[in-house]
Amino acid sequence: MIKDEEKQPSTPVQRQSMADYLSPLVRGIKPSGIRRFFDLVSTRKDVITLGVGEPDFVTPWHVREAAVYALETGKTQYTSNAGMPELRGAIGQYLNDQFAVEYNPADEILVTVGGSEAIDLALRSFISPGDEILIPEPCYISYSPITALTGGVPVGIETFAKDEFKLKPESLQAVITPNSKVLILCYPSNPTGGTMTYEDWLPIAKIVEENDLIVISDEIYAELTYGSKHVSFAAMPGMKDRTILVSGFSKAFAMTGWRMGYACGHPELIAAMLKIHQYTVMCAPIMAQYAALEALQHGLEEKDRMVEAYNQRRRLVVKGFREIGLDCHEPQGAFYAFPSIVSTGLTSEQFAQRLLEEANVAAVPGDVFGLGGEGHLRCSYATSVTNLTEALDRIGGFVHRLKQQG
Amino acid sequence: MTELQLKVLELLKEDARRDAELIATMLAVPTEEVKQAIAALENDHIIVKYATVVNWSKIDDQKVTALIEVQITPERGRGFEGIAERIYLYPEVKSVYLMSGAYDLLVEVEGKNLKEVASFVSNKLSPIDAVLSTKTFFILKKYKQDGIIFEEHEGDHRLMVSP
Repeated sequence: MIKDEEKQPSTPVQRQSMADYLSPLVRGIKPSGIRRFFDLVSTRKDVITLGVGEPDFVTPWHVREAAVYALETGKTQYTSNAGMPELRGAIGQYLNDQFAVEYNPADEILVTVGGSEAIDLALRSFISPGDEILIPEPCYISYSPITALTGGVPVGIETFAKDEFKLKPESLQAVITPNSKVLILCYPSNPTGGTMTYEDWLPIAKIVEENDLIVISDEIYAELTYGSKHVSFAAMPGMKDRTILVSGFSKAFAMTGWRMGYACGHPELIAAMLKIHQYTVMCAPIMAQYAALEALQHGLEEKDRMVEAYNQRRRLVVKGFREIGLDCHEPQGAFYAFPSIVSTGLTSEQFAQRLLEEANVAAVPGDVFGLGGEGHLRCSYATSVTNLTEALDRIGGFVHRLKQQG
Repeated sequence: MTELQLKVLELLKEDARRDAELIATMLAVPTEEVKQAIAALENDHIIVKYATVVNWSKIDDQKVTALIEVQITPERGRGFEGIAERIYLYPEVKSVYLMSGAYDLLVEVEGKNLKEVASFVSNKLSPIDAVLSTKTFFILKKYKQDGIIFEEHEGDHRLMVSP
């Protein structure tokens, strides 16, 4: 009889805890700073929240009704991996009409489960271990962790309030190395509300070209601009083939919970992303695809009304913060104001925590969004005018008391 | 009607308590201009009144409202105007519309109870010479009025904090 030890060529690793089963890449990811703050807010009552990163509008009824009808008529199957052809066609038409970028629905558009999936697919498709991924910050919280999962190296590029949080060519140039591969752009920006104009993009496009970078442009807030119309990075001369344009229905059409996004780009890049997409999620949910189609076909006017409402609130909030004595650059896009709280002498986290505990207003401390976020507070104005007015009153009182305490 | 007046109207329609300063901030125009726009709208009776939308069913179960279809003979030279006025001057009449189609006036009447409305129809409305016929429909429940939903079920279900 053979003894057990003799059957085993080597001693198995002794795992001390469940965590030892986890991949080192996953273990290396820090939990989101927003999550910690969420737990804190959830313990309290009568909080006015400026911490929400989604529209306060419910999805327009005609869009919801389209999904109900899809269910009633038995639309419960898989769709083509890339998404229903008529939806891809409508997305192509819409992008051409609104942002003057042309994509062939047959092989340049991929419907995804939210813009988030599109970002994940793009990063997984492009990154080899050791590649450097350039990320202007402060920015949406998912880019760095997903980059890290692929073995890529996230490289933050700090942006500043004095530049209205625009990406400056000299800052981009400064971080370029032979390993630089991908640039992730998110304008209009969550959390700063910063935007980029055609002139702002020109020198960036030049650097991208000179260094042969590929760009993931997260334009989920494209519809929400208040000064000049959004300029897609993909619409810049020579940039279409080296850009994956990521967008979706969440912000423009108030459809966050439907998880409807899309990616557009060069057929070879989209084909690579489609490969991962078909093996991981197969396709986006069919009833949500029908709702998205309805939004594109009949929802543009409603969208304009929502944008106008955000604009009105934006003015109210910026003026409010300035009257309170907090520096606040004028955000030109998205639905966030990003005032500076440096004058109070508190860190972002201290300010946010005390604001919650002493004035019952929730907002997200800027430091969770990476470089350049410390000293700021992300305040979403996607809430009613009544709520905003009350929140500003409370913040004003809180800042006043802070200053009296010296 | 200027573009500013139209925007002011839209904001006041949502909430009549908004003051000129708040509206001016929301529209990025000087407060003085908003004040002038409101004054002009009031002057021209475009803004007729700042009233409150009340859900009476919450406090008074007896109160009833009826919609009455009224057929009338128009008067030579005055059309429907004179008869309409004779009807809308009654305080129990809440609204009167001239309609196209099978009848002429749609009259909304409110009363303390069913009997009061019935008595209005038989003693005041029907006896008017020009009135040919009436059809009374009692309202059982109001769900929505002037774009305002009375019992809103779609609250804010968002997470308090999200990225």
